[in-house]
Amino acid sequence: MSIDLIIGVTKAALILGLLLTNTILLIWLERKLVAGMQSRVGPDRAGPFGILQTVADAVKLLLKEQILPLKADRAMYLLAPILALVPSFLIFMIIPLGPSIDLVIQGEAVNVDLVGANINVGVLFFLALSSIAVYSVVLAGWSSGSKYPLLGGVRASAQMISYEAAMGLALVPVILYSGSMSMTDIVQSQSGFLSSPIPILDSIVGFIPKWNIFPQFVAFAIFFIASVAEVNRAPFDLVEAEQELVGGFHTEYSGFRFAMFFLAEYINMFNMCAITATFFLGGWLGPTFSGFLPPFISAFMPAVWLGVKTFSLLFIYVWIRATLPRLRYDQLMELGWKRLIPISLVWLLLSSIVLGVREFGLPWS
Amino acid sequence: MLELLLFAVPAGLVILGALIVIFAKNPVHNSMGLVLTLASLAIIYITLNATFVAMVQMLVYAGAVMTLFLFVIMMIGVDKPEQTREEIKGQTLLVSGTLFILIGLVSFIVVNSGFKWDLYFPAVEYSLEGTPDLIAASLFTEWVLPFEIISLLLIVATAAAIALAYDTKVRKPK
Repeated sequence: MSIDLIIGVTKAALILGLLLTNTILLIWLERKLVAGMQSRVGPDRAGPFGILQTVADAVKLLLKEQILPLKADRAMYLLAPILALVPSFLIFMIIPLGPSIDLVIQGEAVNVDLVGANINVGVLFFLALSSIAVYSVVLAGWSSGSKYPLLGGVRASAQMISYEAAMGLALVPVILYSGSMSMTDIVQSQSGFLSSPIPILDSIVGFIPKWNIFPQFVAFAIFFIASVAEVNRAPFDLVEAEQELVGGFHTEYSGFRFAMFFLAEYINMFNMCAITATFFLGGWLGPTFSGFLPPFISAFMPAVWLGVKTFSLLFIYVWIRATLPRLRYDQLMELGWKRLIPISLVWLLLSSIVLGVREFGLPWS
Repeated sequence: MLELLLFAVPAGLVILGALIVIFAKNPVHNSMGLVLTLASLAIIYITLNATFVAMVQMLVYAGAVMTLFLFVIMMIGVDKPEQTREEIKGQTLLVSGTLFILIGLVSFIVVNSGFKWDLYFPAVEYSLEGTPDLIAASLFTEWVLPFEIISLLLIVATAAAIALAYDTKVRKPK
């Protein structure tokens, strides 16, 4: 076996394991946090602090009966959960977990990038896969042959297309700022600290890291709102609004197929936070303390920093879910098309003007 | 061997998708067949090192356009049986005739070249990196005028569509 193949397969296996175990943790964390915010106890029976509750739930779902509704479109009904799960695993492939490291494999020194696949158009890969993820929801809703899932599916297609436009437009200034569409380069461009040509300002901003969130705060706000809508979380969870649509697009699914949707939803949420951290919060950048800590610990520090940033964002996701009421459908569309997209267009124009002036000088000078 | 596999599998899927588009009875199945064709084409683009084109293909065609198709199909409902009556007189004859001419042309090329594809499709030099840069550079320097004209055309088309669809007699909903 060639070394490239070994590295590739190992990376894929590690990412699969990471995402699966991480989801167990994430579901428990969300239930505990929401319970805390609503003055409840939350899961506390299975394992210490109820941390094994998700495992118990997963086993229950695996053992449950698989129901195929009489009016369902068989092929599409079986395809939809797979279409939900595959993009969610693939998106994580482009997130860099750290700088490249030197390893010795089969007596040969190799330089390994700590990223599933370092493609030069990573941003587009992310957008393309998240647009594929729409199909799973739409098809699940349509193929169930029942009216509530269908409503959920139609809502989903409209919502996800609308917010994907805003999300893509919010990313363009970031790409311009970083000068690359590769995720690895975008992280690298955020290293160092902010600087200013004015000396007094320089001493004030000089200790702030050069993360994209500071110059691109408007883009960050738009991207964050759009990403919550893209993963169909509260307050944008009209796709599965329990009070109106029973369970939305997955009403008719049971057992393992329902578990696949559930898994995909949480992996997507984790991916979206990791991608937000990579685009705006410097990704894996952070102090590694290589002088103080033993080398095998400081080598893991980049991944730890990415984890800290990702889980901070996830906490905000859960916080929003516990606090905000759901938007009405027309409010959702108005926010997307009449607020987020125009603002992101104006912000794109402003950013390009600033970058143009910085690059080429003022047009009259 | 791997190269052949990387071509043969997506190529087979392209054809399978196209056949689904033509022969499936259900409009949703048709559109999903088209998605299969477009996605498999994207894989072929990736094997040709055109990652940017592949991603745009996924994003625009497989992502946005086909989702809109699905949305429209669901909105109008898929229970209506397909219309099999000929709208244009002799359309079956016309289309199949054109198809036969096309097949004839292709087989003529194949036979005439002695089954050497390189003769008609010479291998193009490509760069491994910077495909977006190259596309952007040629799009915004050499082809900037056609590019702008196309964007103008699209806006005109959008405005026309809205003007046609918007019923002025109906009072504006408040």
